[in-house]
Amino acid sequence: MNKRRPYVRSMDGWWKKNPFFVEYMIHEATALFVAAYAGILLFGLLRLSQGEAAWNEWLMALKNPWYIGFHLLALVAISYHTYTWFKIMPRTMPPVIVGGQRLSAWAITGSGLAVAAAASAALLGLVWGMAR
Amino acid sequence: MSENQKVIEIEVLRYHPEKDKEPHKQVFEVPFTDDMSVLQGVQYIKDYLDGSLSFRWSCRMAICGSCGMMINGEPSLSCQTFLRDYYPARVRVEALSHFPIERDLVINMEGFIEKLESIQPYIIPKEPRTLAQGEYLQTPEQLNAYEQFSSCINCLLCYAACPQFGLNSSFIGPAATALLHRYNVDSRDGGKAERMELINSEEGVFNCTAVGYCSEVCPKHVDPANAVNQNKTNAAADYFLRFLAPKGGAK
Repeated sequence: MNKRRPYVRSMDGWWKKNPFFVEYMIHEATALFVAAYAGILLFGLLRLSQGEAAWNEWLMALKNPWYIGFHLLALVAISYHTYTWFKIMPRTMPPVIVGGQRLSAWAITGSGLAVAAAASAALLGLVWGMAR
Repeated sequence: MSENQKVIEIEVLRYHPEKDKEPHKQVFEVPFTDDMSVLQGVQYIKDYLDGSLSFRWSCRMAICGSCGMMINGEPSLSCQTFLRDYYPARVRVEALSHFPIERDLVINMEGFIEKLESIQPYIIPKEPRTLAQGEYLQTPEQLNAYEQFSSCINCLLCYAACPQFGLNSSFIGPAATALLHRYNVDSRDGGKAERMELINSEEGVFNCTAVGYCSEVCPKHVDPANAVNQNKTNAAADYFLRFLAPKGGAK
């Protein structure tokens, strides 16, 4: 009789077993905030299409302290998502050769973060200017 | 044993299929010196404490890829992981995650061997060549394109680091994909179209969700996550380009 009886271990709770996986799951979960925020903006667009009164109602609703609290939470979550997204980026793209040398992972992550920061600042400046 | 001999506790996940229903922990007290690896620790157990302990090893210098184990939950080569880095705490040793345990620290790697065969890990010439045509020549750039991916030693740490492989063992996985990529980007090779069928298949690269831990644990800096993710782009290109130039399908 064959004495082999390979034992397959359970994957239950796999993501709690390693800090790396916990970070990965937080990264994935923060994507929900990105989706939620897109939903809020789309809803704003819908209200805008319904006329001035509807738009102003939506603006008023945004001033609710709960909503402001959610915005702060979303800012933290989306910032973390951005950071971890660019951190993994060097692993997900073909090698970038600059001057015969392969661009370092740090350079790719750094430029991604810099572009994200610059784009956010430009958008903030634009909206701020329009709102005044 | 001298008075100031340091002793470390090594907790081993044991499993003997003849008598155990499931794996269980066993703790051994192992005297050690600062130059001793975890592999030497388990060798001490086998030589002096319990001869029935089973594990794989060979070269003791991170070349053969035989001695991979989960050490305190991290996939590591036990020959280049040192007991002194865990002392005075206990060090936990377990068979590589996501593989069936054959016995103690020995995993069943048949599935990986099949995958390794399936990627055709050899150069498939673009056209038949005669000896008179001489050797292939490659530029340093052509060598650079694949050299990193050719460093794989099949130690399987990346599979033990990949939760997607753990959840779906049919996923071709990091190392096999890295080796597949190694041949696909070799200027001498003409087998890319055949191998892309595997990349594009249900078992292929889209099982990967870019966790990235495979590349973190790779002892040879192969960066298998990079090979897998570059081939997501290649698979997408294959998918769209087939409308322009039909050629084969996915396996």
